[in-house]
Amino acid sequence: MGEASSSGDLYDIAIIGAGVVGCATARRFALAGARVLVLEAGSDILSGASKANSAILHTGFDAPPGSLELDLVKRGRQEYLDIHQDYGLSIVKTGALVCAWSEVDAAKLPEIAAQGQANGVGNLTLLTGDEARRIEAGLAPNLVAALHVADEHVIDPWSAPLAYLQQALALGGRIEQQCELLSGRFDGTWTLTTSKGDFRAAFVINAAGLYGDHVDQRLGFAAEFQIKPRKGQFIVLDKAASRHLKTIILPVPNEITKGIVICPTAFGNILVGPTAEEQSDRSRARVEEEILKSLAAHGAKLVPGLATIPVTAVYAGLRPATDKKEYRIFHRPEMKALTLGGIRSTGLSAALGLAQHALALQGGGFVAPIEVPLPRVPNLTETQPRDWQQPDHGEILCHCEMVTRREVEASFTSPLPPGDFGGLRRRTRAGMGRCQGFYCQAHLAEISKGRLASPLATEEGGQ
Amino acid sequence: MRMESCDVAVIGGGPAGVAAALELKAEGVARVTLFERESYLGGATRHCAHSPFGMLEFGRVYFGSAYGKRLEREVAKAGVDLCLGHSITSLGEDGTLGFTNPKGLGQIRARRVVLATGIRETSRAGHLISGDRPVGVLTTGALQEYVAFHRLMPFRRPVIVGSELVSQSAVLTCLTHGAKPVALVESAAVPLARAPFRWLPALARIPLHTGARIIDIRGKGRVEEVVIEKAGRSLTLPCDGVLFSGRFTPEASLPLSSGFALAPGSRGPAIDQFGRSENPIYFAAGNMLRAVETAGWCFREGRRIGRAVAADLRTDGAAGRLLRVTHDPRIKLVVPTLLRPGEVLPAALPRFQLRFQTPVKGRLILNAGGEVLWSRFGDWRPERRILVPIPADVTQDLSLTIEG
Repeated sequence: MGEASSSGDLYDIAIIGAGVVGCATARRFALAGARVLVLEAGSDILSGASKANSAILHTGFDAPPGSLELDLVKRGRQEYLDIHQDYGLSIVKTGALVCAWSEVDAAKLPEIAAQGQANGVGNLTLLTGDEARRIEAGLAPNLVAALHVADEHVIDPWSAPLAYLQQALALGGRIEQQCELLSGRFDGTWTLTTSKGDFRAAFVINAAGLYGDHVDQRLGFAAEFQIKPRKGQFIVLDKAASRHLKTIILPVPNEITKGIVICPTAFGNILVGPTAEEQSDRSRARVEEEILKSLAAHGAKLVPGLATIPVTAVYAGLRPATDKKEYRIFHRPEMKALTLGGIRSTGLSAALGLAQHALALQGGGFVAPIEVPLPRVPNLTETQPRDWQQPDHGEILCHCEMVTRREVEASFTSPLPPGDFGGLRRRTRAGMGRCQGFYCQAHLAEISKGRLASPLATEEGGQ
Repeated sequence: MRMESCDVAVIGGGPAGVAAALELKAEGVARVTLFERESYLGGATRHCAHSPFGMLEFGRVYFGSAYGKRLEREVAKAGVDLCLGHSITSLGEDGTLGFTNPKGLGQIRARRVVLATGIRETSRAGHLISGDRPVGVLTTGALQEYVAFHRLMPFRRPVIVGSELVSQSAVLTCLTHGAKPVALVESAAVPLARAPFRWLPALARIPLHTGARIIDIRGKGRVEEVVIEKAGRSLTLPCDGVLFSGRFTPEASLPLSSGFALAPGSRGPAIDQFGRSENPIYFAAGNMLRAVETAGWCFREGRRIGRAVAADLRTDGAAGRLLRVTHDPRIKLVVPTLLRPGEVLPAALPRFQLRFQTPVKGRLILNAGGEVLWSRFGDWRPERRILVPIPADVTQDLSLTIEG
């Protein structure tokens, strides 16, 4: 990394933060022909808010009417639908049922449906409880009514942004990890001082998620918003749960949050979560026994078949909420800077839309590349053949998630190898399964020796 | 894809699966195929370098992987078709199994299937423990895999959760590989391992906290400390790892995701006194039936179930009427939970095997309708093997209850 501080290089665009928004934005600008630099403070991409979400590609049926968020969710979703086949990215059309478990909630459904229609979302159907149970037989019999949103999908939330960033890198972009922005100086162009030295860029985009407000301050901007981290805890149920549920189960939303979702994943598990808990800490998302138990109970209450399914994993993530519900987007043309802040819950759906929006605000002016390489990321989902289903895969390393040694090794020789254990899990799913590393962790430690920021293990004799 | 076929497919190459396969061959079954997903036999014994195995089954003592090697020799001698590196991916109702091996996918149709996929330890996620999720939290199985095959150590000063026999083995593994456990934490009031094993922590001067549980794991990248709660007070233990030992659970995800009924107590496949599930093509053996027994027990049980499968093939599987066995919630598990009376197969499980959830003092009663078939007063302890005879002429569902 000796070149890192060569401040001679002038990038067209510097993006602070390699979450899903930063990765999508890097791709959009690289496709437009910009020389892109991504600065990530973590030891791997997607290590903040983007590492933990419900993986839903929203239609926007329940987004605030007329909002920028709605527009960007719809544009982001459409672009994903347009590109996913070429990029080899998976998608599962699960549909969603907004479930009313009381007459009071049932009375709200027509209004939600009307809003969905006004938002331009089609295929919305109001159903009685019995009709809904014909779509999803696993729902508890006390269901009163439901709104079916047929066009909701789930995707692989980690492979998609990885593909976006890999494409940007293939187009000449650059990423620096473990590279924290310390300050920025604007004198016609930007000089960004980081933990790895100075970088220069013509235009800077703040996509720092949970640290969006801090980064704005370090760039010298007035504090327009403050991040108020909102924690979401999840439980992941064993793949056997997928026999009991194919559809996303949503509650009738209240003012604060979309509420607890029971959601199939593209990997064949069922998620229950997230909670919505305000906290001040931006880096630690603790799980809590009582909450996890209540999530398991909630899942079993709404879908009784889940009661006997073991919990495979638990996790918690932080969403970069602010004091307002809407996205906090600030364009400062005179400073050649753009802040994409407060993308609190629809970031995965809106990322490609946000990237389009960012390019439109910045104004472009680059020479688009003649050849556009398509990124290749391995398929980790159940929607397409996995590596273990291919001839000559060699050996299965993680038996729970059926991860082959070939897949793990390929992740380390890929254009963007994992920087930490979380990154390895997100790229391969190894260790994500029901045994949580009982069988594979030692193999993974061996293969990853010397390659991760925080090693899984050290030599017996050493320290 | 070519469809292969065999008489009996055995899934899992630990003591129970190997014993079942050997017995099937000894009984004259022609085509017995043994599937193991790892590249060696032995199951849970393979990385246990400490405890001896094999005294009862082979008349001599083996350690760790040497036991697996002995199993491999026996399997070869008996003419079992051994498929290492094969993962079974689906169980069909008609006995068709999907598998993947290093070359790719395949299918095999078996007249009978013996599931013997063993157990795994409950992970931190399964325990639903509060806190951060740093690197350095693992199970004994993972630790033993680290040291046995990779000469790596994931921590130097772990807190060990549990006090079963396997927890004592974890202590030994740590001590012999350059790690010094900070403490053992056990939620029960007394250590679960029997003497003399339970004396080990004291001999090694490792504090044992009984009646205590972890309420918080802290650490940003790696584990930094845990907080335990004991008698209403909390205590912070600086450490660099957390080892979850024991609290074994059957590795039953394959039958579970293939729509098989699991016994609610054991969370393993529900079986009858011959080891046979509701679907009469499928049998199960070994620790998958119940956590947890010794390798020797599993081997003998596997043999008997193998014999029953062979007899079942000869009588062409005329499975009888199905009765059910229920139990008091203070009993953690009962095996078997199904009975098929009036069959002429050799009984593979001559007695009900019980484990208690909590310590109970009282009369344990086996009832049929209103009638007491068997009873005994006892001071019943968790994790101890309790055996109740299975009566011969049962005509109705049974229940195991406790008085007192």
